[in-house]
Amino acid sequence: MLYGTPLVPYKHCVKHDKFGKRCQGTTTTNTSSDQSSHKMMFNSGHIKGPISHQLKFIYPEDQPAIPIYRVLEPEGHVINESETPEFTDEHIIKLYKDMTLLNVMDQVLYESQRQGRISFYMTNTGEEATHVGSAAALNPKDLIYGQYREAGVLMYRGFKLHEFIDQCFGNAHASCKGIQMPIHYGSRNLNFVTISSTVATQMPQAVGSAYAFKRRNNGYAISTSTIEQYRGDGIASRAPGYGMITIRVDGNDLFAVYNATKAARELTVNKSRPVLIEAMTLRVGHHSTSDDSSAYRSIDDIRSRDQKYNPIVRFRKYMYKRGCWDAEKEENWTKESQRMVMQEVKQSEKMKRAPISTMFENVFDKIEPHLQRQMKEMNDHIRQNHDHYPTLSFYEQR
Amino acid sequence: MNLCQAVQNSIDLTLANDHTSIAFGEDVAFGGVFRCTVDLRQKYGADRVFNTPLSEQGIVGFGIGCAVAGATAIAEIQFADYIFPAYDQIVNEASKYRYRSGNLFDCGRLTIRAPWGAVGHGGLYHSQSPEAQFLHTPGIKVVIPRGAIQAKGLLLSCIKDDNPCIFFEPKILYRSAKENVPIKDYTIPLSKAEVLTEGTDITMVTWGTQVHVLHEVVQMAAKENISCELIDLRTIVPWDVDTVCKSVVKTGKLLISHEAPITGGVGAEIAATVMKECFLNLEAPIERICGYDVHPIPHTYETFYIPSKWKCFDGVKRLMAY
Repeated sequence: MLYGTPLVPYKHCVKHDKFGKRCQGTTTTNTSSDQSSHKMMFNSGHIKGPISHQLKFIYPEDQPAIPIYRVLEPEGHVINESETPEFTDEHIIKLYKDMTLLNVMDQVLYESQRQGRISFYMTNTGEEATHVGSAAALNPKDLIYGQYREAGVLMYRGFKLHEFIDQCFGNAHASCKGIQMPIHYGSRNLNFVTISSTVATQMPQAVGSAYAFKRRNNGYAISTSTIEQYRGDGIASRAPGYGMITIRVDGNDLFAVYNATKAARELTVNKSRPVLIEAMTLRVGHHSTSDDSSAYRSIDDIRSRDQKYNPIVRFRKYMYKRGCWDAEKEENWTKESQRMVMQEVKQSEKMKRAPISTMFENVFDKIEPHLQRQMKEMNDHIRQNHDHYPTLSFYEQR
Repeated sequence: MNLCQAVQNSIDLTLANDHTSIAFGEDVAFGGVFRCTVDLRQKYGADRVFNTPLSEQGIVGFGIGCAVAGATAIAEIQFADYIFPAYDQIVNEASKYRYRSGNLFDCGRLTIRAPWGAVGHGGLYHSQSPEAQFLHTPGIKVVIPRGAIQAKGLLLSCIKDDNPCIFFEPKILYRSAKENVPIKDYTIPLSKAEVLTEGTDITMVTWGTQVHVLHEVVQMAAKENISCELIDLRTIVPWDVDTVCKSVVKTGKLLISHEAPITGGVGAEIAATVMKECFLNLEAPIERICGYDVHPIPHTYETFYIPSKWKCFDGVKRLMAY
């Protein structure tokens, strides 16, 4: 997931209308780009490095591994009190409800796919703290480029349940009106760029929009574990090579994610330096409804790791210790969140899809003449062959 | 065997008979997201069947390097929709290797395979059929099978062919219809189209999944006493001009159909060539029944996007009425 704090250069932001709107309210202390690029050259050994007369290679295995920053232990207690973010009980409960509501929605929609009610789904199970903790540390106007497993960010920012579910059903209320597969959410109001199925394409785009970004390490790219993917010390170790500040955090610790993201944001806004955050977490679920991960990993192993390190469980234990949550509240919320999700699913499912001519919209800003012709061709054909397209009744008529 | 098993069998035979051969790609080791490489790692070892990092340009670039050094490289791109980061490696490197070196070097032993085409719910990034993007590139061959028997023979031909090949596998057909695929090693010639049904009124040209759609249209037409000659192009480039033109000389009418958007699609190339070669034989303008010029395929609109049998049959009627 890549966060953009739209800041530098502020004057360039204003030139682009779409961008300008998002820039409102964001301040920057930045100087001209010439001066900042000189500031960006740190230990540039390739230009002014010390001379050595001894043949000596640098072995990556000799570099110390980057440690994982953690605030909240798996058992729910804070190790170093001074690291605890200053949250009110209300905010703590909101963070918890965001994570758990996402989890409940994931379970219901995963089942819906299995029942054939939606065509596809991807869960966020096990990664909730990474999403919610980092979103909480950002300003609501910060532009976010998400990858496909980051729905918790939207949940935190206030994307409504029906907005998630409408998109999965591809009905007429969905923001993309059924153009994309389920889970490809987007929100202009919430400054979250619409998700695409591709990965890593968002990186240069986000850099184009901003200077702070974060990379989540959930252990797997479908079946390829991170050991196979990265020969060096994970992702964080790449940052110094690019002259970037980096930190590795326990992605299942909401407080650690929050603290790191908040501090990183300050660095990007105040010092105009990019920051890489590698959040260590675990993808508990299968890659998607098209995957059965038992084919390439031990389900028992995942289950036991999840039992120990699950972000929601850890946060709940903390809340119990803190005294702002208890077993009764938990039971009520479990019922309530289930009810909320089921109700929205029932509503969304009933809703019709947008008119079929919608597929000709948004290819370009206007429907170009050749597309007007094709749209007419299609409408004529459908009209003359109405009976051969029984699913027409699911679509609104224009 | 179904199509997926036929693909697995082709790779298995290659790994068995060609000691230089290797198969690789994202998630290939555990068997692949479509199970086309299942059991191969256990059989041939981790140094011959392995995962690559998530990097299409790396997969193809690496494959080129292997082929240049004399190894048979079978590279998987997980979905044809994801082939684009490798586009530069394919267009500017693989396709030009022999040409730019004056035949000193080549990467003919590279075969790239990718799942292709509409699957019912693939949306914008799991449905694309990008063959036209590669039709326009000299130096690479593009091949698309319509079923299991064809898949095995054509893939083995691609692997053995001394030019870099892209083999697109219709993912919607992976598990459907089992065919009696011969166990032995066999090849089906590249750049040879196949006439599936003989006819006298209309020539129909297509490939991959759409062959089965046009089969139905042939039957619908037969009920109206219209006799159609259905041709499976099989190799998109270099394509079999002779077989198609010979048929159009006979029928005088041509219908081309493909899932990919109509503008600049492979149908446009076929239409232009046939128009030139068979101008005086044509009795009606050439019909192209294809996807619309919107991004293939908008998720909930797939039924209306695709060149359905009804749209194709309309094309048949227009040809006959001209």
